Amino acid sequence: MLAKHGAAARVLAGGTDLIIQAREGRRDVAVMVDVKGIAEATQLSLAGDGALRIGAATSCSAIYHNKDVAKAFPALIDSASLIGSVQIQARASIGGNLCNSGPAGDSIPTLIALGAACHIAGPAGERTVPVEEFCTGPSRNVLQNGEMLVSISFPAPAAHSGAAFERFIPRNEMDIAVVNACSNVTLSADGQTFTAARIAIGAVAPTPLYVPAAGAALVGQPVSDATIAKACEAAQAAATPITDMRGSVEQRHHLVGVLVRRTINKAVKRARG
Amino acid sequence: MVTTDKPAYKVIGTRPIRPDGIDKVTGRAVYGADVNLPGMLYGHMKRSPHAHAIIKRINTAKAEALPGVRAVVTALDLGPDPAALPDLSKNILAGDKALYRGHAIAAVAATTDLIARQAADLIEVEWEVLPPVLDVREAMLPGAPLLNPNQHTRTPSGPSENASNVVAHAAVAFGDADKAFAECDAIVEREFSTKMVHQGYIEPQSATAVWNPDGQVTIWSCTQGAFPARQNCSAILGHPVSKIKVVPTEIGGGFGGKIAVYLEPVVALLSRKSGKPVKMTMDRVDVFEGTGPTPGTSIRAKLGATKDGKLRALYADLAYENGAFAGSAANYATMCIASGYDIEHVKLDAYDVLVNKPRTQDYRAPSAPAAAFAMEQLIDELAIKLNMDVEQLRLQNSCKPGTRGPMGMPHQAPGHEECLRQAIASPHYNSPLEGPNRGRGTASGFWFNVGLRSSASVSVQPDGGVSLILGSTDIGGTRASLAMQLAETLGIPYEEVTPTVVDTNSVGYNDVTAGSRVTFGSGMATVEAGKNVIKELSARLAPTWQVPVEDVEFEGGVFKSKDGSKSGTFKEIAQAIVGRGPGLTASGSVNAGFLQGGGFSHAIVDVEVDPETGKVTILRYTCIQDAGTAIHPSYVEGQMQGGAVQGIGWALNEEYYYDDSGRMVNSSYLDYRIPTTLDVPMIDTIIVEVPNPLHPYGVRGVGEPGIVPPLAAIANAVAHATGVRQTQLPMNPRRILETTSGK
Ligand SMILES: Cc1cc2nc3c(=O)[nH]c(=O)nc-3n(C[C@H](O)[C@H](O)[C@H](O)COP(=O)(O)OP(=O)(O)OC[C@H]3O[C@@H](n4cnc5c(N)ncnc54)[C@H](O)[C@@H]3O)c2cc1C
Repeated sequence: MLAKHGAAARVLAGGTDLIIQAREGRRDVAVMVDVKGIAEATQLSLAGDGALRIGAATSCSAIYHNKDVAKAFPALIDSASLIGSVQIQARASIGGNLCNSGPAGDSIPTLIALGAACHIAGPAGERTVPVEEFCTGPSRNVLQNGEMLVSISFPAPAAHSGAAFERFIPRNEMDIAVVNACSNVTLSADGQTFTAARIAIGAVAPTPLYVPAAGAALVGQPVSDATIAKACEAAQAAATPITDMRGSVEQRHHLVGVLVRRTINKAVKRARG
Repeated sequence: MVTTDKPAYKVIGTRPIRPDGIDKVTGRAVYGADVNLPGMLYGHMKRSPHAHAIIKRINTAKAEALPGVRAVVTALDLGPDPAALPDLSKNILAGDKALYRGHAIAAVAATTDLIARQAADLIEVEWEVLPPVLDVREAMLPGAPLLNPNQHTRTPSGPSENASNVVAHAAVAFGDADKAFAECDAIVEREFSTKMVHQGYIEPQSATAVWNPDGQVTIWSCTQGAFPARQNCSAILGHPVSKIKVVPTEIGGGFGGKIAVYLEPVVALLSRKSGKPVKMTMDRVDVFEGTGPTPGTSIRAKLGATKDGKLRALYADLAYENGAFAGSAANYATMCIASGYDIEHVKLDAYDVLVNKPRTQDYRAPSAPAAAFAMEQLIDELAIKLNMDVEQLRLQNSCKPGTRGPMGMPHQAPGHEECLRQAIASPHYNSPLEGPNRGRGTASGFWFNVGLRSSASVSVQPDGGVSLILGSTDIGGTRASLAMQLAETLGIPYEEVTPTVVDTNSVGYNDVTAGSRVTFGSGMATVEAGKNVIKELSARLAPTWQVPVEDVEFEGGVFKSKDGSKSGTFKEIAQAIVGRGPGLTASGSVNAGFLQGGGFSHAIVDVEVDPETGKVTILRYTCIQDAGTAIHPSYVEGQMQGGAVQGIGWALNEEYYYDDSGRMVNSSYLDYRIPTTLDVPMIDTIIVEVPNPLHPYGVRGVGEPGIVPPLAAIANAVAHATGVRQTQLPMNPRRILETTSGK
């Protein structure tokens, strides 16, 4: 179906982006292909070694209602439980959030920080792309006509690791992030030193941003305010925000620092258990 | 609830279930867009993409040629502006000039909504785009682009010499403010600004019309006032009032925004042209861009006191955006800004100013919240300067019976002092506020409330129940509050009264449901109708009891003969007289005048400000308000809470956000941020009851005063939490961050 109709066809997951965009005339869609009947696209499987695979169309609420997943991947739950509202979460999928490829998509920094991979199927076969390479611009990504995202896989969380996601919005729900961020840190066994870190930020560039320099600023360093401040500066340096009705350049720069610090601190707390 | 000597009512003050409740919670109630008629066509409006542009030519040929299109109308079909209602037609369909983005230009009726939209896109308009004027102070400057080159300012000394965007300058002066300031020990002076905001009702405007070949026109609309809507349609269409019937549907919120007509005359014209019923419903963008929000303002104010805490002098220069045409009046601000206090020397200059934005309309206590935003912050600062408790400062200067009130008229029984006493005694005010970045703020607010004209009819049923026939659309629970007043008057249980809101052919004239007037004014009409029922029943009873009519007495729901030998309850007598005799209907009609005594509201609010993000969290909020007599206390509390929540949204996040071309870029509820349930705490309420001498049961309007204090109360709280005064709305995180960074 997707291959036959090419650009005129769109995958329908929860429809919480697609149907609205079609109705408002922002997207011309001749054919919608509902993928919720494909088992692989709605799976939620936690392997014995702790690795996780979620179907691209698995709803946010299915994810956070799974106790084992919630325990092992709290940052994913941070994201899944604040997209929209309870009603939206019952339909909205992480795959849809990623494929919509909005610069402010609230699951994308988390997927990047957790080192997730996208499993794509199409007429030319299957391929795997790291999440940080998936989005290529506002509403644009690496999917070719005829391709669909099938699932997203997450490596098992390392020992002594923790991750946290936060976003800033003027209200307390139903809003688009002014800035969002996710930090995933691994600590030494004594919990005093950073041994690995992945940090990603959103709404401050044409795509959600993976900031390797921010993680690098932590690795090998003691857990301290001074170390964390360095990571925040690195994240701020990578951000190239714009001024619009939702926030100004200065405000967004400032908030990157605030959110990266807050998420690192929260991730450290989670890593220490 | 606080009560000062109230009579022992049986029904008034209880909390019965509303008669329209079941239909509303089960989805059966019929709202504007629920009207569907056989053979109905769908209408769609063509709107201006420009904020300010001359319309050189409109070509509708392609639209008319599209299969399925049955009628197209433009300003040419409307005829000239009615003389008595200037600019009314021009706002319905623009003829020679579009004055704001979203200004309606033409309309189409077609067999489907989709075809109507496609046809609207096919209408070609040739534009000459002009520079827009978007800032109220810039629009006042000589040399600003003029929206209407023929407009001269109405001033106290006649029309201005030069054409101007300033529609009117209202000047109010009591005493000699200039001189009095020189005698003050403490003076505070600031400049404030607020942005245009929308009422934010959930239900978009929708209207349906049938124009019969015999000239009978029926219009269904979710209007706030069926009778004024009929009047306006009559004037715009040049069609007799008595040939137009307006049927009010349920209304999903209005707050002043559904007083004006927009779609009604247009669907009527489309129906006349097509010979079919036509319905048109706005979408959210239409509602934001094409209806009437409330003005943004620029206010310069100065307040002075002597060191003993006596307020001596107030000066304010109040400039209100009117939008494309004269709209919601700045003059209302002059009636409210000083009305809570006894200030001898007052000088106010209020300006209504045209800008290239939608024609403004009233919004809950129109003009008063922005004025209180200025005034009540100055009072807060003055208290700090004088080292006084701000509530004591307000109490010391509060108006009393006889103090000069709105339009210079003396207050009769103002409830401000009692609200302040209750605030000072409240658990909230007496609780400590601990923790960093937190602050408490307070503010008072006044709204004058209006009376206007109302009618109601009462039919007595054969079983002794009564039918109450109303012409005031029910927005805030007035079927219940009016049925309760009738039950009290007739001495029967509330459940015996069945209220119905009917169309304009089925009851006497009623002004709009606005100005907090229905429970007051339509209440007076209802009570009068009830008294007329008693009179008629007494007259019919006298011969059967074989006593002169003067000897039939009625008290507490019981008819009695003077000698005590005969008696019967209302129900027994009604069954006997109406059950077997001819039917009985009685009516009441009143003109309750313009002012109805006014109402005071007061707010105490605790906030926490996140110093890193600038986000303000409302921790606790108490609204204290004088209801005169609370007929149905739950609905009074609901009005107080609703006003508080809308005020919180206005204070913190809501604004029309324009780009330089005059396009509102946040015309959806995603980016026009009204508060969600997670953004507000439970609003605590304290009802004060200082009976209104102008109403038989002491009622005062309660719908509006509650939105007046919150803007200032929150600004005061933020100032106390951060040490920085907030003089501009909205106090969104970005503004708080920008004004407090480095602190
Ligand atoms: C009221 C409301 C509130 C919202 N709040 C938030 C929020 O707080 N944060 C946030 O980030 N988003 C928010 N959203 C946006 C939306 O809910 C999310 O982006 C959601 O995750 C989208 O998932 P979906 O399953 O509904 O996607 P859909 O709408 O079904 O699809 C989205 C896009 O991705 C494509 N697509 C979907 N699945 C695939 C696939 N498997 N392969 C290829 N392409 C695919 C679709 O064709 C479409 O273009 C909100 C939306 C609404 C209506």
